[in-house]
This record gives sequence, structure tokens and C-alpha cells, in this order.
Amino acid sequence: MQTGHDSHADKQPVNTIARTLLYVPAIIAFVYLGAIFSVQIEYPVLSWVIFLPIIGGFLIFLIPRKHEMLARATSLGLTLVAFILSLPLYINFDKTTAKMQFTEVHNWIPAWGIKYSLGVDGISILFVLLSTLLSILCVTVSWTAITEKVKEFYGSILLIEGSMIGVFCSLDFFLFYIFWEAMLIPMYILIGVWGGPNRVYAAIKFFLFTLVGSLLMLVGIIVSYYYTNKSFDVLQMMNTTYPYTIQLILFWAFFAAFAVKVPMFPVHTWLPDAHTEAPTAGSVILAGILIKMGAYGFLRFSIPLFPEAAKAMAPIMIVLSVIAIIYGAVICLAQTDLKRLIAYSSVSHMGFVTLGIFALNMQGIQGGILQMINHGIVTGALFLSVGIIYERTHTREIAHYGGAATAMPVYAAFFMIFTLASIGLPGTNGFIGEFLILLGGFMAWKLMGVLACTGIIIGAGYMLWLYQKVFFLETNPYAHYHEDVNEREFLTLLPLVVLVLWIGFYPNALLSFMEVSVQGLIDRVNVSAQQQITQNIIEVIK
Amino acid sequence: MNIPLPDLTPIIPEIIMSIVTCALLTVEVFVKDKTKDFLGIICIGTALAVMYMIPMSQGVTFGGMFISDGYSSYFKFIFLISLILTILISFKFIQREDAEFGEYYSLLMFATAGMMIMASSADLILLYLGLELMALSTYILAGIKRHDTRSNEAALKYFLLGAFSSAILLFGISLTYGLTTSTNIYQIAEHLKQGETSITLLIAMIMIICAFAFKIASAPFHMWAPDVYQGAPTSVTAFFSVGPKAAGFAVIGRVFFIAFESLQMDWTAILIGLAILTMAVGNILAIVQTNMKRMLAYSSIAHAGYALLGIIAGTTEGLNAVMTYLLIYAFMNMGAFAIVILLEKGENIKDYNGLSKSHPLVAAMMLVFMFSLTGIPPTAGFIGKFNIFMAAINAGYTWVVVVAVCFSAISAYYYMRIVMNMFMKPMEAEAKIYPNPANGAALLISLLMVFIIGIMPSVVIGYTFQMFM
Repeated sequence: MQTGHDSHADKQPVNTIARTLLYVPAIIAFVYLGAIFSVQIEYPVLSWVIFLPIIGGFLIFLIPRKHEMLARATSLGLTLVAFILSLPLYINFDKTTAKMQFTEVHNWIPAWGIKYSLGVDGISILFVLLSTLLSILCVTVSWTAITEKVKEFYGSILLIEGSMIGVFCSLDFFLFYIFWEAMLIPMYILIGVWGGPNRVYAAIKFFLFTLVGSLLMLVGIIVSYYYTNKSFDVLQMMNTTYPYTIQLILFWAFFAAFAVKVPMFPVHTWLPDAHTEAPTAGSVILAGILIKMGAYGFLRFSIPLFPEAAKAMAPIMIVLSVIAIIYGAVICLAQTDLKRLIAYSSVSHMGFVTLGIFALNMQGIQGGILQMINHGIVTGALFLSVGIIYERTHTREIAHYGGAATAMPVYAAFFMIFTLASIGLPGTNGFIGEFLILLGGFMAWKLMGVLACTGIIIGAGYMLWLYQKVFFLETNPYAHYHEDVNEREFLTLLPLVVLVLWIGFYPNALLSFMEVSVQGLIDRVNVSAQQQITQNIIEVIK
Repeated sequence: MNIPLPDLTPIIPEIIMSIVTCALLTVEVFVKDKTKDFLGIICIGTALAVMYMIPMSQGVTFGGMFISDGYSSYFKFIFLISLILTILISFKFIQREDAEFGEYYSLLMFATAGMMIMASSADLILLYLGLELMALSTYILAGIKRHDTRSNEAALKYFLLGAFSSAILLFGISLTYGLTTSTNIYQIAEHLKQGETSITLLIAMIMIICAFAFKIASAPFHMWAPDVYQGAPTSVTAFFSVGPKAAGFAVIGRVFFIAFESLQMDWTAILIGLAILTMAVGNILAIVQTNMKRMLAYSSIAHAGYALLGIIAGTTEGLNAVMTYLLIYAFMNMGAFAIVILLEKGENIKDYNGLSKSHPLVAAMMLVFMFSLTGIPPTAGFIGKFNIFMAAINAGYTWVVVVAVCFSAISAYYYMRIVMNMFMKPMEAEAKIYPNPANGAALLISLLMVFIIGIMPSVVIGYTFQMFM
């Protein structure tokens, strides 16, 4: 891209926008044609979307080292194809049923009753689409930022993409665990090799935290296997009623894994380090999708498998969530590092998600899922934006910035939209999610709902403060912004802006996907709770 | 007096092994080749032939002293695989180390023959015979670098401690014989089922446990392992970490599941303590090691602890899990040692700094083996651990499994440190490697098996290897 310095600086944003907008029809046409094509051919959607990136990731390792551009182009192509292949999920999804769709079942390890079983419902489908979309952006944003070990970098990203989608689609606990753990390997490498100055510490911390949680869940999985008549089938587990004490124990075993991933309050300390030190693409994957796996785990496993325990433990979960909301937000106020601030804001926002989930009512859970998607979009976008400016200035210190809006007006506009979405301004997607969660939270526990609201207020405080420090005030002598966003960066951020506004104005586009499935989940909780109450009454009468 | 010749079919594999080995010893003297590679090739050929023969030689012979059944056959496969992999990684390495003597290969063969006898013995005397055949060969192997003081020290230490453990084993065996009037494990079992449990019997059993714990390098009988592993030539270390350990588990399974079946409560209690202590010692001490071979020594101690969980479970399922675990462990550990041997200087953990820059492929393979040893899917190491944990939980030892997973998480740190050094630390000095086809073949086999078992575990699990005919 050609950019005129100094004298032409004022014309530049217009040029960029104009030039970039030429690409937009082409991209729309590409996606449209791709969608038409992919809908018409018959193929096992989920397997393709999972294994195309994984196999592609291994193939990229075979590209000779000197062909860096080929590695980039291949991975961009693969992520684009994976995205196109995932579009039938959106188009062909039947919104009227809570059943699993696009299911694929094959025998895998008959000796242990393990099946290769995939499927999506209203809860998981959106995450698959979010994963395929964000992966493309991870590739494009790293285009020039990664110059060392290029093929290994893109290979890792593709491996992570495939395993993440695998986590969201698995209907067999063993398969789920394989994907859940396998993702640690490329993620550990991604943070540790291409990360910031303190990357090695952050990588091992991330690895160990997650591993401890996962291994405890593994024990829980095996225990539930024997209580489910030796089956790892999730759907069969959902129809099994475990004894109450076993439910409690298993709930906490699963909590160990999911709470670390979310991360919930006492076990969140890996997150700021990992998010801060990871390369931009790593931060986007971590914040955008990886930490959603924890909350997804609560929705897919903890609540439907152990409904009575979930109901009994909900108050504790709500309190932990509210602590995370307020604590995360307050800590943000004291941050001096750009990425660290956004990382801590994730703690706060994920607190909202778990609050919504454990409110255990329609509004709360729907809001929770929507907020996960929103957070993936908005925080992903914020990390992308920070990556873009970091590539120019090579500093993350907020104090080294200032006056960026004059030098980079287009970039400033993008950042403003994402900031407002992060705060939850009406008209952006953040508002819908947080509003629904607070509604659900109030219905579940009024006091906690009130306390959670303070998180939003502090959130507005730190985000606006950050925006002011970076974009307004005097131009900082430290800062060398050089140039505004180029076409590649513009196109990377554009889809996210569209999503922010689209969900903000028409949330039903996504809410309609999950409505029936969430209703099914709530019914499961309430029915089994009713059974429990009936049992208690019977025991009292006896 | 006319003594009929016993049926030799079940013992044919061992006979072939022994005859070929003796022949090799003789032939080697007369051949004036510069290298001894041909000996190794003959050994591999013999091992493959024996592997082919094992399934056809099932049966009981020598008056019930020698049993060749599914159980022993599986273990013999593990021994032979570890023998083949050891020979493959030895070829050029022992030349580099000035340890290429003709008897090197013969000793490996003798040790393997000893292990095979151990796995098949249904009689404590025969068991002792096999154990000594294995042990004496391994003592010499540990000291095969004659001019290296560390190697000498390793051999001496191994010999002294090993002699002690053999004596303790004999003491245990004689006490058992005194109480039950038999050395046949089935007759011991019969006898023990009728009689009362006496304190002498418990002492005898504990002595036998101690001796076996020494062989599998379980804490607190693990002291020899780090020194011996460090001092012995790396190829021999690789052999030690798999073969004798598997042989130890083979006899533990046979003796405790059959002979001491009626004392299951007692030995389970002891083994739980041993297993937890072993995992603790192995994993925690491995963290502070700076020498790669010592670290792998402690890691192998820790793995013995995980494998003991399957014995603790006390079920056929548990025993099968142990067998699968040892097979998987053979591949991943041999792979890791093959990498150590591939490098010119692979002894110090610092030598691995920045390996991914100078030799990305080597580093990538080491990464796979390290993740497999940690037990991260989709590698075979995960399947092994998962299998063991399933068996232990099914038998009701959930709390032991929780302890095991905690130590397993600790173990991640030292394995990840190798990965960290290779991928995330700057290169200090350009690492030099000695690639050769044999070592490459060993690496390829290990790597493929780690992935194949990790992704399609059905190839190794799901079969039940009964001990009885």
C-alpha cells in the first residue's frame, strides 16, 4: 500500500476508505456465492469445519521455510474456506427445535463405548460461526506483524481453530476432552514463541492453570462415565439423573476446569498475563473464543448434567461472578498497560456472562450467550486494534500514547465504536447482552443485580479514560503513529463493526437461534428441581 | 531312569533367543569387521522372528513352572519392541561412545531373554532365575563404558543395590516356601486361601514387594535409578527405563494377582502408599534436575507410580491398563531417548536451548514426546493415563486418582521446560546432530505409534489378556 507522508496525510483516510470500499462488494459477492455453493453440495459440515483447519495446519508445516508468503496465503485461504463451509450452519439451522442438528455419529473406540459424535444446537452454533470468522481476522492481522517462524505461527492458529470448533461440536465427552486439551499445545507455543517480553512465564502459567482444572474434570468425566452405564454420550448423560451428592462432587470437579477457562474470580490470574503477553492473534483467540469454552462448558455440561447441584450452587456462582465484575473493573482503573487493561476488562465482562448463566432464567442465559458472542466480537476487535497500533509504536504503555486521533482518524473512529460497544451503549451489541443479563440477574437475586450494575459504571469510566489518554490530549513525543490503517487492517475491523451494529439494532438475529435450546435447558433445571422438591416432601411425609 | 522330555513348544522363543545369543558371542570373536553392526542386525532379525513365533507357542510346560499365555505374550512383545528400538538407537551411538564391544548386543539379548522368562514364570524359583539373568546382564551393560568413571560407578551401584534386592527377594521366597511348602504360585494361592494370615506371611509378602519395587524403581527403592541412568550410556539407559520396568510389572501382576490373591487388601494398602510416594518423589525431584538423563530417570520413576494404580485397582481391567500403559510408555520414552542420542550434547537441559532454530524437525519431535509423557491428547500418553485412571476409578480408588492427576499436573512443568528451552529460549550454541538411518527409523516408529495409539487407541486397547490358559 502506498501512503503519502506529512503533506498528504489529510487526504489519506479518504483514499483508504474509498479504495477499501471497492473490495467490499467483492467480499460480499465471494461470501454470497460461497454460501450458495456450500448449501447446495452435501457434506458433513462439522467434520469439514473441524478437520480442514487441522489437516491444513499440518500441511503448512510442510511448506519450505523461505516461502513465507505462501504460508500466509494458504492459511488465509484455509480459514476463508472453513468460514464458507460453516455458512450452511447459519442458513440451514432449524430454529424450532432444541434437538442436536448436523449430527454425525461413528464408532470410534468401541471397547470404551466412545463414539465420534458431533452436533450443534442453538447454544453452540453461534460459537462455531464466531470461531471461523475470528480465525480469518487473526490471519489477516498477523500478516506483517509476524516475521519469524511464519509457517509455524499460521500452523498453530489453524490447529487452534480446528480444536476450538471441535470443543463446541463434540457430543461425546471423550472427544470433547481430546479437543479441549489438544488445544493447549498450539496455544502454549503461540504465547511462548511469538509473545511479548514476559511470554515464557505467561505461557507456562496459562498451561499449568488450565491443565490442573482439566485433569480434575477428567476424573469427573470418568466418574460420570460409570454412573451413566459406561457411556461418554453427552445426550445420554443429560437424560441420566445422578444421585445428589454425586452431582455436587461432579459439579465442583467440572467447575475446576470451566472456572479456570472462563476465568472466574479466584482462578483468573493466568488471564492478564496470557492475554497481555500473547501476540495479537493469540490474544484475539484467547479473548474471543477460548475463554468462552469455559462458560460454554457450564451451559452444555454442568447445568444440564447436574441440574440440582447447579441450582443449589447458583448463589455461590452468582456471588463469584459479581466479585469478578466489580474486582475486574476496579483493577482496570489502575492499569498502565493497554493490553492488560483490556485483559482485566475481560474478567469483568465474563463475570457478567457467568452471572447471566447462573441466574438460570430465560433472560439471564440468553443474555449470557449473547454477551459471550458480543464479548468475542468486541474484545477481539479491541485486541486487534491494539495489535494494529502496537505494530506502529511498539509500546503498550498507555502513557506513551496521546493524540492518536489526529494522526489516525479512521483508526480512532473504529476504536470509538468498539469502546462504546464494550461499555454497552444502546445501539451497540454490548447493550443488549448486558441488559438481558441484568434483567435475569435482578429476577434471580436483586442485590447482586444492583451490585453488578456498578460494574457497568466503572466500565464506562475506564474505557473512556483509556480512550481519552490514547486518542485525545497532546500528541505524545514518544508516539510515532506514522500512518492510519491500511486496507488490510480496515477490512479486518470492518466485519466486526458491522456485527456490533447489526446485533445492537437487531439482536433477534442471534437470539432466535438460541431461544428454543435455552428453553429446553431451563426446563431441564426446573423439572429436576421439582422432582427434588417432590422427593423431599415425600421423605418428610414418611 | 527315564525322564520324558517336557513339551518345549511354549519355551521355544526363549530357547531361540538364548541359542542365537550364545552363537553371537562365539562368532563375534572370529569376525574381524571394524564395526559390529551386523550383530545388531542379527539381533533385530531374531527379535522379529521371536515376535512372530510367540503367538504360536502358547501353553504350560515343565510341570507348570513355565506358562506362556496371553499375559506373558503381551509383555514379551513389549520387551522385544524395546529391544529392537534400543538396538536401532545404539548402532552409531555406541561407536561414538567407545562402547562398541561384541558383547553389547549379546547382553541386551540375554537381558531380554531373562525378562521373557520372568513374564512366563509360574514358579518363584524360575522367576528368580529369569530376574537374575536380566539383572546380571544389566549390571554389565551399565558399566560398558569401561573407561568412564561415571559408568563404572553406575554399574557398581546398580550391582550392589541389585544384589541386596535379590537377597531380599530370596528371603521372601524362602519364607513363603516355609509357610506354604511350595514355590509354584498356583499352589501357593491354593494354600493361602485355606490358611490364616500370619505375621510371617505378611513379612514375606512385604519382602517380595520390596524386591519388585526395586526393579520398577518405585520410591523408596528408587535411589539407584538417577545415578545409573546418568552413568550408563544413553542407549542402555533407554533400555533400562522400559524393559526391566515392564518385567517388574509382569512379575508383580503374576505374583500378586495369583499367589497373594487372598491378601489383596494388604498388598493394595501397601501399594497405594508406594504409588503415591513414587509419584511424589519422581515428579517433585524431576523439577530440580538440570541433567536430561536424570530428569528422565525421575520421570520414569513417576511413570512407575502411575502404572502402579492399575495394579492397585486389582482387576483384570487394571492389569490390562498397566500393560497398555507400559507399551505406550516404551514408545514415548524410547522416542525421547532417541532424540537425546541424536544430539551431540544432549545431556544437559541447557543444551536444548533454541533447538527449534537450528533443528526445527528434531525439536518438533521432542515436543511430541514431551507432550505425550505429560499425557496431553491426542498423543498416546493420554490414552495410557486415561486407561489407568478409568480402571482405578472403576475399582473405587477415585481419591488415589485425584492425587495422581495432581502430580500429573506437576509433571507438566518439567516436561514443558524442555519445550520451553527448545522453542522459547535463545540459542546459545549451534547444536550438532548425528542423524543416521537406524536412529531415524527408531524415531519414526516411536512417533508414528505415539500418534496412532493417540488417535486410534483401538489398536492396543480393548483386548483382554487373561493370565490363565
